[in-house]
Amino acid sequence: MAAIVQGIGATAAPSASSNKFLLSSLGSSLLEKKRNFFVVRSDGKCYTGLNQQQRRAQNVVTNAVATKEEKASAAVGSKPGHELLLFEALREGLEEEMDRDPCVCVMGEDVGHYGGSYKVTKGLAEKYGDLRVLDTPIAENSFTGMGIGAAMTGLRPIVEGMNMGFLLLAFNQISNNCGMLHYTSGGQFKIPIVIRGPGGVGRQLGAEHSQRLESYFQSIPGIQMVACSTAYNAKGLMKAAIRSDNPVILFEHVLLYNLKERIPDEEYVLNLEEAEMVRPGEHVTILTYSRMRYHVMQAAKTLVNKGYDPEVIDIRSLKPFDLYTIGNSVKKTHRVLIVEECMRTGGIGASLTAAINENFHDHLDAPIVCLSSQDVPTPYAGTLEEWTLVQPAQIVAAVEQLCL
Amino acid sequence: MGFYLSKSRTVMHNLKPKLGSLGVMFHQSSGIASFYHHQESQSGLIKNLGAGSCNRPTLFTIWRSEHFKAEKQLDCKQNCGGPQVLNFPGGNVKFTSELDFLPEGLEERVHCYRILDENGQLTSSNFVQCFQISDELAVRMYTYMAMLQTMDTIFYEAQRQGRISFYVTAIGEEAINIASAAALQLDDPVFPQYRESGVLLWRGFTLQEFANQCFGNKNDNCKGRQMPAHYGSVKHNYFTVASTVATQVPHAVGAAYSLKMDRINACSITYFGDGGTSTGDFHAALNFAAVMEAPVIFFCRNNGWAISTPVGDQFRSDGIVVRGQAYGVHSIRVDGNDALAIYSAVRAARQMAITEQRPVLIEALTYRGGHHTTSDDSTRYRSAEEIEWWRVAQCPVSRFRKWLEKEGWWNSDAETELRASLRKQVLHAIQVAEQVEKPPVADIFTDVYDAPPSNLHEQETTLVEAIEKHPKEYPPNFSC
Repeated sequence: MAAIVQGIGATAAPSASSNKFLLSSLGSSLLEKKRNFFVVRSDGKCYTGLNQQQRRAQNVVTNAVATKEEKASAAVGSKPGHELLLFEALREGLEEEMDRDPCVCVMGEDVGHYGGSYKVTKGLAEKYGDLRVLDTPIAENSFTGMGIGAAMTGLRPIVEGMNMGFLLLAFNQISNNCGMLHYTSGGQFKIPIVIRGPGGVGRQLGAEHSQRLESYFQSIPGIQMVACSTAYNAKGLMKAAIRSDNPVILFEHVLLYNLKERIPDEEYVLNLEEAEMVRPGEHVTILTYSRMRYHVMQAAKTLVNKGYDPEVIDIRSLKPFDLYTIGNSVKKTHRVLIVEECMRTGGIGASLTAAINENFHDHLDAPIVCLSSQDVPTPYAGTLEEWTLVQPAQIVAAVEQLCL
Repeated sequence: MGFYLSKSRTVMHNLKPKLGSLGVMFHQSSGIASFYHHQESQSGLIKNLGAGSCNRPTLFTIWRSEHFKAEKQLDCKQNCGGPQVLNFPGGNVKFTSELDFLPEGLEERVHCYRILDENGQLTSSNFVQCFQISDELAVRMYTYMAMLQTMDTIFYEAQRQGRISFYVTAIGEEAINIASAAALQLDDPVFPQYRESGVLLWRGFTLQEFANQCFGNKNDNCKGRQMPAHYGSVKHNYFTVASTVATQVPHAVGAAYSLKMDRINACSITYFGDGGTSTGDFHAALNFAAVMEAPVIFFCRNNGWAISTPVGDQFRSDGIVVRGQAYGVHSIRVDGNDALAIYSAVRAARQMAITEQRPVLIEALTYRGGHHTTSDDSTRYRSAEEIEWWRVAQCPVSRFRKWLEKEGWWNSDAETELRASLRKQVLHAIQVAEQVEKPPVADIFTDVYDAPPSNLHEQETTLVEAIEKHPKEYPPNFSC
């Protein structure tokens, strides 16, 4: 797959020396503030934000944040970038790509006038017209098929599943056509389509609306899968997915749409196949993605207090795995814990366990531990629903067990 | 139209209801009442085959770029309607106090448009005036129908001899294949099911290229990736056949959408059988095309059988043509064994689709002369007499030849010469294709993505190592 270079403005070079320059020019008060500028809005749990100055994953250091909302008045003029919510970041990425390339179009249920059920496409229909932001009737298999036909004839459609679970209806088109036609046509027809939507367990949405499709789709040859988890990577991955000539499935999470973050003003595109180093460490490699990243970081807080030094990697690329980043981490820590939201059987964790065992077996000091949801449909009752998900306490216990 | 009514009222105030584009064009202020009124006046258009269209072309430029406020629709409640009529989205609906159910079908089946009868006689003199088919075009069409017939016959025999593994014939459907292709332009993307190789043949895919694909050799433009008869060629605007039924129908709608966005003077066409119309994809694609006013021709080859399922077990409607109306799509039933009827119908449909930016449904009644594929033996579920009757009495190729002979453009000498030449060409193509080696191992791993990722590189290395270590376990001409 072609690597997509991160397009970064000249001012934000990732080297240490320029960081110091930037930080010192902004004043020391900012130095303290820099680590506390993100707030969790969606589920009340604490999570860490990204250090704005550093793009390359390795150097990112993150801290748990205070629960207080950042006072916007404090540093509006002097702070680089702009603040927005994750769904707005997705929209911004989408809009930038639609401005840049007239072939980019959106189709899905209620994406046009209604602006999307999670507001990701809000305002786009007014700006680009009904034809470019198309409201479709309720037939996922067919509008995904329509997207494939449009992609083969030169457009770059983004198909939105109102909920990832609805894309199960599109499985035939995704597997048999989207993933295959480039191959079976001998490379004659390409399908630069992006299929995206919110998935994961929400707040009591019921079993049918709490689907995690990454495990079902991961086997399909010919597609790429990425999962976003922060506003920063949401925008970057959206742009990368649109620019890719391969069909890409972008997994968003229902509960992460209102995460607020400060992202750069300059244009940037992330690499679809790269994992993100959330917190470097020495004792154990914790691999996670999407919402579980936040449970892991919550657990990391506790672990740090207990004297552990976990390395947390948000794998982001679900197909293919970034075995380079993951491998380097395993070679350093020799212990792996996978924390995922999908079900145990046949999940992403199962594949990742196999891949790590195959490639890095000699570097492991202990068997890989995988924490996933149980193999049950998600129950509606709040307490039951919570217990089907991996909670920070379990993560802490697993690390303690692993590091004995 | 009415889908937004199911949402809450607060949502409705925020929603801008999408009134039909016709409402946009002609009645900017009174919204939906006018929509239906205009619809009715359009129905006369189908009789004007060559006349072009009315006001619709300008629709193309301003369609779907207007937005309406919810308030405009509510205003209508005062102006339109009354005790006799319900002002419902989509148009006024008259009340009735009769408890009457619509019958499941019309009393008489929808008529079938036909120009040539079984003896090759023109049934209407109008035709010659409306559609001047030159002798050149007619002879060319006949040549290609014969070419398709020859190719199918010989390739089928090759499969029976074990030289290719599988084949799909279009015996009995030569008119559909060639005449519809002749009525289209190269700019019109074609989304086939699998019984439309004649369309690709017409567009210039050579007999050698067909043979290469069937043998899956190194020269196959699909690089040996698909089963025989699953052709695809980007330079002929013919999209690769997938084995899945009717998945190409929504693709065609997407392509039509793409043409509409780019304002290209072309329409897309998709072919499917009677069985394919039972799928969800068919239903939704027709619905979408109608809502989106996409320039697409839906061509149904109703050949009576879906493998062993006769149409009586497939649906209970009067064929496919009546379904068009259910979706708001203009439709026509044509004699699928009459090349002239198909040619004129597709030409008219193309004109309608492009100038009026609307989908059109064509149902061609024909018969599947051969088996479903070489993996089927249709004598097990249908009588030999039935097959014989259709193959002889209704054969589209002989019917067209009879007309050509009546016009003085063809004779038995030309026939003999053509058939001999075609047979020779097809046999030669097979012989050549059989000798060419198969694609290399590396072709297993390319084109899965634009560039192979690391896991595929790894898998390729593993496979190549295995082949080098145990060459005897792998086919002898398996090159790396």
